[in-house]
Amino acid sequence: MLEAIRQALFEEMERDPAVVLLGEDVGVYGGAFKVTAGLLERFGWERVIDTPISETAIVGAAVGMSYLGLRPVAEMQFIDFIACCFNQLTNFVAKSHYRWGAPVPMVVRGPSGGGVHGGPFHSANPEMYFVHTPGLKVVYPSTAYDAKGLLKSAIRDNNPVLFFEHKFLYRRVKEELPSGDYTVPLGKAVVRREGRDLTMVSYAAMMHTSMGAAEVLAKEGIEAEVIDLRTLLPLDRETLLASVKKTNKILVVHEDTRTGGIAGEIAALVCEGAFEDLDGPVLRVTSLDTPVPYSPPLEERFLPDVQRVAAAARDLARY
Amino acid sequence: MPVDVLMPQMGESIFEGTITKWLKKPGDKVERDEPLFEISTDKVDAEIPAPSAGVLKEIKVAEGQTVPIQTVVAVIDAAGAAAATAPAAAPARTEAPQAAAPPTPPPAPSAAPATAAQASQRVAVAPASAPVAAAGAPAMPRRDGQRIHSSPLVRRLAREHNIDLAELRGTGAGGRISKKDILAAIAAGGSRPAAPPPAPTFAPPAVAPAPAPPAVPAAVPGAPGTVVHVTLENAVPRERIYFGRYEVQPMTVMRQRIAEHMVVSKRVSPHVYSVDEVDMTRIVQLRDRTKNEFEKRFDTKLTFMPFFVRACVEGLRAFPTVNASADGTNVVLHKEINVGIAVALDWGLIVPVIKSADEKNFLGLQRAINDLAERARSKKLKPEEVQEGTFAITNPGVFGGLMGLPVINQPNVAILGLGAIQKRPVVIEDAIAIRSMLYITMSYDHRVVDGAVSHQFLQKVKKALENWSENIL
Repeated sequence: MLEAIRQALFEEMERDPAVVLLGEDVGVYGGAFKVTAGLLERFGWERVIDTPISETAIVGAAVGMSYLGLRPVAEMQFIDFIACCFNQLTNFVAKSHYRWGAPVPMVVRGPSGGGVHGGPFHSANPEMYFVHTPGLKVVYPSTAYDAKGLLKSAIRDNNPVLFFEHKFLYRRVKEELPSGDYTVPLGKAVVRREGRDLTMVSYAAMMHTSMGAAEVLAKEGIEAEVIDLRTLLPLDRETLLASVKKTNKILVVHEDTRTGGIAGEIAALVCEGAFEDLDGPVLRVTSLDTPVPYSPPLEERFLPDVQRVAAAARDLARY
Repeated sequence: MPVDVLMPQMGESIFEGTITKWLKKPGDKVERDEPLFEISTDKVDAEIPAPSAGVLKEIKVAEGQTVPIQTVVAVIDAAGAAAATAPAAAPARTEAPQAAAPPTPPPAPSAAPATAAQASQRVAVAPASAPVAAAGAPAMPRRDGQRIHSSPLVRRLAREHNIDLAELRGTGAGGRISKKDILAAIAAGGSRPAAPPPAPTFAPPAVAPAPAPPAVPAAVPGAPGTVVHVTLENAVPRERIYFGRYEVQPMTVMRQRIAEHMVVSKRVSPHVYSVDEVDMTRIVQLRDRTKNEFEKRFDTKLTFMPFFVRACVEGLRAFPTVNASADGTNVVLHKEINVGIAVALDWGLIVPVIKSADEKNFLGLQRAINDLAERARSKKLKPEEVQEGTFAITNPGVFGGLMGLPVINQPNVAILGLGAIQKRPVVIEDAIAIRSMLYITMSYDHRVVDGAVSHQFLQKVKKALENWSENIL
């Protein structure tokens, strides 16, 4: 997936001279995870900018750049550090077009998520702070194909887009990608696996966990439909509701912590849009409500896994 | 608006109860299903929950007083249309006020009164993970004073197809009516008619349930045309079943029906077993002598089964309560004698029925038995051929072993089990002889049949077999 992201950046920078990169260590070092390796050499220091360690400065500068006609892609070295520029993002980036008629066509991207023994400051899933912020778009792919296509769409979108890259998937998801230019539309979920007994909704690393659970269940005669959200804001209501109308049961799986995670939002949406199609409660499997543990066995317990997801799905299917 | 709190009926033969303790006083707030008062009856002591949320307005029956069941013992001022947890987004439908009898919990042993009764009530309710139905939803249909658990989808489908949920039994968690159940009910012919009249009439009541039998392979006894579904529950949490290597085989429809039937039969009929022993030597010798001629002449195999059927018919004529069914407090004495013969199949088991077995001669019985068995094995039975049995015979002995203790084939009240015919030394008039002996067992429903009748029935069958004199050729 990492390579797919780099390709997207490369191709967009080739295609549109207004696209610039900025962030900590993105230039000379090529990025903490080597996502931006080679880009400084290709596009020069005016378009690949190493910044001081100040997320506020990174985002603030990106806003200014976008007012001047550039299309900046700002990196958070670890997405956890996005908390440092919360004010910039929520008060300026998100409201600029609404309040001043000044669009901010920028992308903020960074490695997110846990499962790599990164501890509480390098494993965050902060998407919900920004899903809760009108004016932003939030994207979180699970495959290399989607990562490339969605990043291109994000860069070309005139709205500010937060683009989360799950670091667990960086080197574990490898796919053959089509050559040539292609994009994946923002705001559209995709059905990864068709089924009839229940719907599992997920995104990012947990999408793969859900598929694993679906396989376990298939051996028991339970056929799960798996939906990959891909974009968290705006949510693809139509795809979700259509699936609930088909299977009548829905289980949301996310790596984000339980309280305030997107499962609650989806449960409310489903009750509003498909209550009379429900043959069971809307259930969720999520991480525990704690900071991400550093200790490996604790982190394992903290995260949802295939067995736990399968158990919840089994109970729901048999309800 | 005021809701009456009634003295519940704790068991079929209980007609009064004594209030032993009020757990709330007038003016107290009560939640629905919160324990409200304790009673004592002949069979159980129990904690009775409030039928509705609200404020306890008035206590009409004091502690220590004994009143008949259904007496109004208190009044609750119910909390209007919405319950405490009305979600804002719920559709604007109010819960219809119900002056309902509190739910009747299953009888609990009086040794552990309050908590056991409370716990056993809770068992019947959906599992902990199930949500409370949103207060804005339409009122849950009430049946026997209990809420019917289903789901929004099920209620919508029931509404669209005019099906009364009170008439369905659920196979979902906690016995709720699930999507599978409502779809099956819709497939079986949509809206169901009213329940059959309680008192038996001289002619069979015109019940005529589902217009066509459901599309199930030659149905297991009791299944076609009825909607008795039982939850196949596990006795242990599901995780304890899956470990190491395993292979999951989903049950076929027939297997599920068999499983459901066995659970229901054991639950509904108190099974008691009588055993007797039959000297089959005479019949064994008769069969050995005549079977070739029989087969040549009538082109059908001669087995032992028609002998047993004849003997049973004699027994059933002499003891009509063995040829009966129970319907609540009525015993339905069948004038037809339709004997079912259990047939073991590769993929399950089935009980085809010989109708009017008392009107067939020996050859007719043998032909019917062979024909039904053959068509059972080749899946060519018609649905009516597995219905309307009044008694059944099963022959586990054919697989070896001394005897079997079978499960009653509902809605019969008895079933005869046949062991293997084995040569054994027996005492005849103070001398030891080697005879072909057979153990016969009868499982009977002690609601209707008592031990005396059962043993006498078996004696009749035994005598009929031991003294066989009919010429079968």
